[in-house]
Amino acid sequence: MSLCKAAHGTIPVMSQTHADYRLSQLDQLEAESIHIFREVAAEFEKPVLMFSGGKDSIVMLRLAEKAFYPAKIPFPVLQVDTGLDFPEVLETRDRWVNRLGVNLVVASIDDAIASGVVIDDGKTSRNRMQIGTLLNAIEENGFTAAFGGGRRDEEKARAKERVYSHRDEFGQWDPKNQRPELWSLYNGRLHEGEHMRIFPISNWTELDVWDYIGREGIEIPDIYFSHQRRVFVRDGMLMSETPLNPMRDGEVAEERTVRFRTCGDITLTGCVESTASTIDEIIEEIAVAKLTERGATRGDDRFSEAAMEDRKKEGYF
Amino acid sequence: MADTTGATKGTNMDLLRFATAGSVDDGKSTLIGRLLLDSKSIFEDQLEAVEATSTSKGYDYTDLALLTDGLRSEREQGITIDVAYRYFATPNRKFIIADTPGHVQYTRNMVTGASTADLGLVLVDARQGLTEQSRRHAVILSLLRVPHLVLAVNKMDLVDFSEEIYEKIHAEFTQFATKLNIPDLEVIPISALNGDNVVNRSENMDWYSGPTLMHHLEHVHVASDRDLIDARFPVQFVIRPKSDEFHDYRGYAGQVAGGVLKPGDEVVVLPSGMTSKISKIDLFDQEIPEAFPPMSVTVHLEDDVDVSRGDMIARVKNAPEPRQDIDAMVCWMTTTPLKPRQKLAIKHTTRTGRALVKDIQYRLDVNTLHRDQETKELGVNEIGRVQLRTTVPLLSDPYSKNRATGSFILIDEATGVTVGAGMING
Repeated sequence: MSLCKAAHGTIPVMSQTHADYRLSQLDQLEAESIHIFREVAAEFEKPVLMFSGGKDSIVMLRLAEKAFYPAKIPFPVLQVDTGLDFPEVLETRDRWVNRLGVNLVVASIDDAIASGVVIDDGKTSRNRMQIGTLLNAIEENGFTAAFGGGRRDEEKARAKERVYSHRDEFGQWDPKNQRPELWSLYNGRLHEGEHMRIFPISNWTELDVWDYIGREGIEIPDIYFSHQRRVFVRDGMLMSETPLNPMRDGEVAEERTVRFRTCGDITLTGCVESTASTIDEIIEEIAVAKLTERGATRGDDRFSEAAMEDRKKEGYF
Repeated sequence: MADTTGATKGTNMDLLRFATAGSVDDGKSTLIGRLLLDSKSIFEDQLEAVEATSTSKGYDYTDLALLTDGLRSEREQGITIDVAYRYFATPNRKFIIADTPGHVQYTRNMVTGASTADLGLVLVDARQGLTEQSRRHAVILSLLRVPHLVLAVNKMDLVDFSEEIYEKIHAEFTQFATKLNIPDLEVIPISALNGDNVVNRSENMDWYSGPTLMHHLEHVHVASDRDLIDARFPVQFVIRPKSDEFHDYRGYAGQVAGGVLKPGDEVVVLPSGMTSKISKIDLFDQEIPEAFPPMSVTVHLEDDVDVSRGDMIARVKNAPEPRQDIDAMVCWMTTTPLKPRQKLAIKHTTRTGRALVKDIQYRLDVNTLHRDQETKELGVNEIGRVQLRTTVPLLSDPYSKNRATGSFILIDEATGVTVGAGMING
């Protein structure tokens, strides 16, 4: 916390003026997000936190921890297991879940395929199959609110999404028919079968997330920091060499010094060459970065200009 | 308090939320594109996408407006249909823009964007001067009590950077603003397309000695806009760990809506009226000496009084009067009109109840400020003065004193949709 009781420049402090109380922008964002977590816990019957293991969902876990301390987080954590997750990410997830003592619900794409919930036609990416798996898990468990780590600075379609984002019985988002959202008065009304996606860090930017991770000193997966890795080039992105993502003709792997800017499906998430090995170095690197984190390293968002909008309408995170 | 000795700049920056209003024709999207571009908040891939689209459409220059058109349907129609939020930062301040469309039918979006704004930015085209639309925008910002207003006189390049035209618009607006509630006004001549007075001072307007738009946004003082006198703490959630270690822990979690709370303060819990003292205030695992808006904290009381969600903690000698008869300005946001005798759900701070529309006193013409007392209903995007009777007492303040405890939303009980936004009169 940095509660600055600032004396304003050379202006003498007049008998305890009320201009003295200031909260840094990061503290304001934190306060707003904690407010959202508490509001949802109070008003929804069965919330769940969608956890990918990436930095944004770790920040969400930290905010939830702070919102209810010293009580435990009053809802479980849900992860969609794509079978293509980075092992480092799963390890970090387990450490967080154990430390906080929260319930972990894993919805596996393989199980969803086996039970016929989603169909693997050999053409659909695992990223898209997450949608059916996730919606099925929400329905089966009767979750009425699902926290997501989406940020409005990430992508154009997200810029217009509400903090409380309504989903119909099919899990779909209707961007043209969103509920107005005013002040900090959130409307959580639902009909049977509907659910709400909640985005508590909507107003955070990539830089805010890093600032916060640095300030809080919390653990994130190692792959965000510079390391040696065997990579190959595909579609202009550096992809990890792994049996999960077989190389195609003409692709050659070589060792480079890299780090990841996002944590997604190992077959779609590229890394960037980087020597940034501390949070401060990462922040410095982002400050001068020329590409958005999704544009730089996410195959799933590059397919079309409206890729995210289309997936969101279907029920994506 | 946790050690947070400013490892990075973000931890010391403050925050300004501003709402923009204006139509595509006023160059609003171009201005936002310019602010993002000149503050280096746009990435290469975003700029490249916009350049490619501009080229494919055969434009002579890069259309910065394309940066802010989010949804496919908007790009197809070339209009903005909803509030979009944008982010940029300069070394000392982070900015959140609520970008709202300016068309007549989208008053509700402007009200939404303005509800959280510290500052409102209204654009006018220097060639046209004040229009009905720019007046309407100013009225809405004033109704929503946005404390700072900037009138950006855009397209100065198209009027030969004429001081006379700027002065004329300035005078006309100042005259109009006397009827409104605008504590702080700045009128800035700019050219969003060329960047004059946006971030960099214009070389074409020597006669203008005021700040550039960016300089003003960076320096306008907003910390004192919140009510720091009247302590208001709506209880959101009761924290009871039910663990051995914290067996007797009972804390009231919420976000400070007004005033400064300190341990030792004599407080009253509303609506029950029970009194007690604040024993301590927690912020996560730290005890803090005071809490003020907009901090989210956990308050503890000395006595074991009954407190639950929806209650409000205030000072004994300065507490809101619980009221069930509410007089408010309401912005109606759905196509089925609001009529007397209608019943709706109402959410105010952390309280929820039902409300009955007793009367619609008048409909406000946001273009002329005329009060129409003949029409006894409110259509979509209309604003009027409404009397409500609620099932639960609201622990409210006049909206003019406190935007957090003076505001409410109305919800259609059948559809669950937010259909109205209300501001309580003093």
